[in-house]
Amino acid sequence: MVSRRGVGDRRSTQEALESLRVTQCFGPKGRRHVNSAALFLTVFLACAVEAVEATTVVLAIGTAREWRSALTGVVAGLLLLVAVVAVLGPAVSAVPLDALRLLVGGVLLIFGLQWLRKAVLRASGHKALHDEDAVFREQLAAAESASVGGRGLVSDWYGFTVSFKSVVLEGLEVVFIAVTFGANAHDVPVAAVAALIAILLVAGVGILVRAPLSRVPENTMKFVVGVMLCAFGTFWGAEGAGVSWPGSDLAILALVLLYGCVAMLLVAALRDRSKASS
Amino acid sequence: MIGRLRGFARFWYDFFVGDDWTVAVGVLFAFAATYGLGRAGVPAWWVAPVAVVMLLAASVRRAARSRN
Repeated sequence: MVSRRGVGDRRSTQEALESLRVTQCFGPKGRRHVNSAALFLTVFLACAVEAVEATTVVLAIGTAREWRSALTGVVAGLLLLVAVVAVLGPAVSAVPLDALRLLVGGVLLIFGLQWLRKAVLRASGHKALHDEDAVFREQLAAAESASVGGRGLVSDWYGFTVSFKSVVLEGLEVVFIAVTFGANAHDVPVAAVAALIAILLVAGVGILVRAPLSRVPENTMKFVVGVMLCAFGTFWGAEGAGVSWPGSDLAILALVLLYGCVAMLLVAALRDRSKASS
Repeated sequence: MIGRLRGFARFWYDFFVGDDWTVAVGVLFAFAATYGLGRAGVPAWWVAPVAVVMLLAASVRRAARSRN
């Protein structure tokens, strides 16, 4: 049995050699740029997808009921999410790096597999595609038939609570992804900027068009996010469990390619099976 | 009160575990195996990617069968 100190020494020597080899090939800035770009893309797409879903609900409530209560619900939801970030951020940063990577990698991988599973089922026709127009119509009908009444400073309680819930539920997963990605990659500013740009972009377009953002390729974006979450989750989780990846950070790109190809093969196989059985 | 607590627990279960609990359990086993092999001095970087591919294929196949 090798002692823990021995394993740690061997690992750090391997990491140093690997880092030197990759740096010689690509340069330290190249590696950092690859990581930052992948981090930005993943957080941006995840935030944009969830923001599109929340925007659809808020637009339906604002159109059918009244804008003031709907927007009050949005602000209240965002304030709660900011409070979650304020608590979760320092708590995540306080966890030792290996334990953080194992814990966060595991959770990100489970999230990623959920996203990718649904994306594969949707792409192969085994689950209905997410349709913002249909969601908008359903929310509009429900909002028009709901009872009217206010509480305290809120004149329309139904509009407020539906908007609030939508922002909090869609935002919670995004907050978790952004905070953990930022902490694990030591790049919280990149994750925060990606999240902010995505939310402002989607909310801005939603306010301008005042209609569900059905042209956003949501299902494709979920497919990409699922692949990226699985790749980063595998990479960090295995590192937390003591693994030194061949190729260091470049292993993330290999994992993205592997999972992307496997997911597309699964889509093709499920489509073939559907055709054969019909 | 108990109903609210159940609802709260249900929310977090759905949030972290989702539709297929076997995926979550499989991920835990994969990282436990990675750690165990690593401690025994065996290169274990391949364990998690193989587990992810198998878990995804099995989960998707089960879901597609149950919908047919």
